[in-house]
Amino acid sequence: MLEVSGLTTTYGAIAALRDAHLTVGEGEVVGLIGPNGAGKTTLLGSIAGLLPISSGTISFDGSDITSTAPEKILRSGLALVPEHRRIFSDMTVEENLKIGGVIRKASERAEMLEEMAELFPVLRDKWDTAAGYMSGGEAQQLAIARALMSKPKLIMMDEPSLGLAPILVDLVFELLETLRSQGRTILVVEQNATRMLEVADRAYVLRSGEIVADGTGQELLARSDLFDTFVGG
Amino acid sequence: MSELLQNLIDGLGRGSIYALLALGVAVVFGIMHLLNFAHGELITIPGYLTYWAFNNGWNWWTVVPLIVVSAVITSLIIERVAFSRVRGASDFTLLLTSFGVHFIVSAGFLLYVSASVKPYPRPTWFAKTLAVGSLNIEVFDLVVIAVTVVVLAGTTWLLQRTMFGLALRAAAADFDAARLMGVKSDSVIRGAFALSGFLAGIAGVFWIMREGQVTPTAGINPMLQGVLAALIGGLGSLRGAVLGGLALGLAEVLLRSWLPVGIQNLTTGFVFVMIALLFIFRPGGLLSVPQVERV
Repeated sequence: MLEVSGLTTTYGAIAALRDAHLTVGEGEVVGLIGPNGAGKTTLLGSIAGLLPISSGTISFDGSDITSTAPEKILRSGLALVPEHRRIFSDMTVEENLKIGGVIRKASERAEMLEEMAELFPVLRDKWDTAAGYMSGGEAQQLAIARALMSKPKLIMMDEPSLGLAPILVDLVFELLETLRSQGRTILVVEQNATRMLEVADRAYVLRSGEIVADGTGQELLARSDLFDTFVGG
Repeated sequence: MSELLQNLIDGLGRGSIYALLALGVAVVFGIMHLLNFAHGELITIPGYLTYWAFNNGWNWWTVVPLIVVSAVITSLIIERVAFSRVRGASDFTLLLTSFGVHFIVSAGFLLYVSASVKPYPRPTWFAKTLAVGSLNIEVFDLVVIAVTVVVLAGTTWLLQRTMFGLALRAAAADFDAARLMGVKSDSVIRGAFALSGFLAGIAGVFWIMREGQVTPTAGINPMLQGVLAALIGGLGSLRGAVLGGLALGLAEVLLRSWLPVGIQNLTTGFVFVMIALLFIFRPGGLLSVPQVERV
């Protein structure tokens, strides 16, 4: 469904990402793990069209989306829950969700709002509250719900558990399980490597801008040479 | 007491026009960090069209829609021709571009139309007053205030209740995050310029009526008042822009009536002193918004 090949992204003279190859098949939950500064966020940002890439190609759902505007990529069915969530803090929960469904018709948007209120009871309680007043865990759920509003074929999440209390981290992983059981296709960047490997069908390990390993969660967990990746970062 | 009331109404009338101009400046600033020094051209160009229309037998009933529509179109053309090319550039580049647009437009009228003042008739009701008790209220002020209230209510509805309004607010808060939701950058920027042009058009109707004439530099004053009012209110805050406009209008009128007869001509100077004092104590303006760093 998503195919990234030979992707290189540079900031000035520094290559933040070198020759990355990655695929995500339909219905798969794929993890992307590695220490801080390994290029995980750069990889998602490049796929989503936020960062100008230097070389390589990205194709999604059969069409080439290399160097395409972020709004076009979203409209083709590929959503990103960005790093730091970037919710619209002055807008209410409902307004945030509506913006998430901006590409949908009003009737469809209304249906999705209902669906999100059911999937995330926390949000229903804060429906008319400005999103800036929510706790980190609530904001993270809003960010994910907002991305789901567009009915994406593939949803990418950048560090959904970052900065959350342990009990909320559990919640995020439960949510990943729920989304997986709904048959959704997900690509997740996670610092919490071991837990991610337990949930993911497959995973890629990034280090210093290069993909150094990939395989199923069990395969990767068994590799002692990657141990520092799992405990670090 | 009655003098104060009369001044308040006069000040609100003036301030309403400034508020509409400032709101237009703030909408565009919010979306692309452009402090638009070409905002006055949205009055200069419709001003010349007004002059042309009256020479061709039009009347105010047809000129009013002409002013509003031409302000919207002018705003969209300026975005397309100038600002779309410097999108994402530094705030300073954007500022200089807007100066450039202003100078090109006024030089164009100077060279190809005339340097002289072009007059047209004011509406017949312009100088009429309404006696309410001991008050003599200008009908013009009442019309301006009433229209502004309606336009502001409509703008609030647009921003709060429509998907376009939500997209505009989202893009102003975090442009890239809005694009990640599928908000089209072109549409939202053009929408902002259209809204800004519409607001300037409504303000322009009253400004143009009041002036009764147009010159190549006719846009400078409305631009200055709009930008100043937006700064006073706190750049980026839409509520602040409206508040700033009203405050500026009231300050002008009240100062003019309070200052001793000999120095009334210094009103503008005193207004600027007050603005300077405001910025010393509240550098962000009346309703300052936290500045979000754009990457």
